[in-house]
This record gives sequence, C-alpha cells and structure tokens, in this order.
Amino acid sequence: MAFWGTAAPAISAAFLASLVEVVEAFTIVLAVGTIQGWRPAALGAGAGLLLLALLVLLLGPLLDRVPLPLLQFLIGVLLPLFGMRWLRKAILRGAGVIPLHDEMVTFAAETVQLEESASHYGTRLDWIAGVTAFKAVVLEGLEVVFIVIAVGAGGGLLWPASIRAVAACALVFTIGIVVHQPLARLPREYSEVRGRRCAKRLWRVLDGRRTRHRMARP
Amino acid sequence: MKMVKTIIREIFGLFIDDQFLALATLVVVGGTAIVVTVTTGTSMVAAMTLLGGCLFVLVAGVWRTARSALRE
Repeated sequence: MAFWGTAAPAISAAFLASLVEVVEAFTIVLAVGTIQGWRPAALGAGAGLLLLALLVLLLGPLLDRVPLPLLQFLIGVLLPLFGMRWLRKAILRGAGVIPLHDEMVTFAAETVQLEESASHYGTRLDWIAGVTAFKAVVLEGLEVVFIVIAVGAGGGLLWPASIRAVAACALVFTIGIVVHQPLARLPREYSEVRGRRCAKRLWRVLDGRRTRHRMARP
Repeated sequence: MKMVKTIIREIFGLFIDDQFLALATLVVVGGTAIVVTVTTGTSMVAAMTLLGGCLFVLVAGVWRTARSALRE
C-alpha cells in the first residue's frame, strides 16, 4: 500500500506527460502519412523508435553505474528547469499571452512545409517525409525518456514509469490509427485544400500576433 | 549534421527556453543547497526555500513575459 502511495503519483506523471509528447509526435507523423503516404511515415517513425530503443538499451545500464548522489544532483537540477519551463508556458497560454498549442495548426504547417519541399526536391520527397517523421519521433521520444528517468530513477520506479510511457504511446497510436481512417478516405485534393486553408489561417494568426509567435512552441 | 544540430538545439530547449527563468531557477537550486548545508538536518527550511524560490521565479518570469507582450 505504501509502495502505491509513492509510486502512483510518479507513474501517473510519467503516463500523462508522455501522452502529451506522443500526441505531438503523432501529429507530425500523421501529417507526413496523409500527404506523402504511410510508407515513409512508418519507416521514419520506426527508425526513430529503433534509435530511441537502442539509446535506452545502451545508456540505461549506465545509470546503475552513475553514483546515486550525482544522479540525484543532475536530475534535481534539470527537473526544476524542465518543470518551470512547462509551468511558465502553461500559465502564459492560460492567460492568453501566447497562443494555445494547436495540433491542427501544427498539422497544417507540416503539410505546407512538405508540399513546398515537393516542388524543390521532387522524387526525394519520400526521403524528406521519412526524415521529418524520424526527427519528430526522436525529439519527442527524448523528452519522454527524460520524463521517465526523472520520475523513476531516484525511487526505483524506472520499469513502472517506462511501462506507463509505452502504454501512453500505444494508446495514442491506437486512437490515431482508428481516427485517421476518415482522413485517409478523403481525396488528396481535399486534404491539400484544407491544409492550405489551415496554413492561411496560421499565417493570419502569426501576422496578427507577431510578438506572441516568438513565444509559441513550433 | 543539420539534423544533429537541430536535435541538440531541441534538447537544449527542453531545459532552457527563457534565460531569466533558467538562471533564476539555478540560483534558487544553489540557494537551497546552501541552506541545506548551513541548517544541517532541517529539511523543512530547505523545502520551503526551494518551494518559495521556485514560486517567486515562476511569478517573476510570467510577469516579465506578460509585460513585454503587453508593451508590444
């Protein structure tokens, strides 16, 4: 009972924080898959997950070799920096000083970027699309890895926190695979028109809030 | 190489977004470490120092950003 009293907050934090990061990665993978096809998206995302798994498998055992006081010191310094950054942005978004993190806008921006790349790189677009998916999965995955280490390393909760993070990833991808079907059924032209309209809305928002866009997370 | 630089920049950005916030947080952490050393064993004082310092830095950081946005 005492274990769950200590573990539950850490495991819940790992699950919820990982959920947020996985949603951001999935938005970009979804944009790549919708515009360029699921093969480059799946290959890029798969390569990103493989790299993350390798990093965890290679560096994970090293955590046991790091002296506990040093590990606690490093995580103790990095965690307030990480958390304060999140809190500051959450307060500013709640107060309306900076725009809310809009996944639709992110989706539209990635769509426009990929379409622009198509006109420049032609047959290399599959490679660019795959790299975009790879980069999104690696970047957001590194945040998830840090969250899992931060909440789990000090209290011997690495495995429970890791399992919750993987569960969050599986949940988002499952929901995404179910929900993306309507998007996949739309004609490509409709997706492109909708993507351009969302992108135009994005530019209008940016133009009207030029200074706040500086604070917005890409 | 460009991707590696982007990844490093993003990892750096996980922890340091606003310079004032990052520096002030490090000052609070350092101050808490000094309090822990000085007060030897009084964990409540150190905890209140850390909590109070973080809250102050958070409010100051939000205030600075909101004021800059309102001015512009």
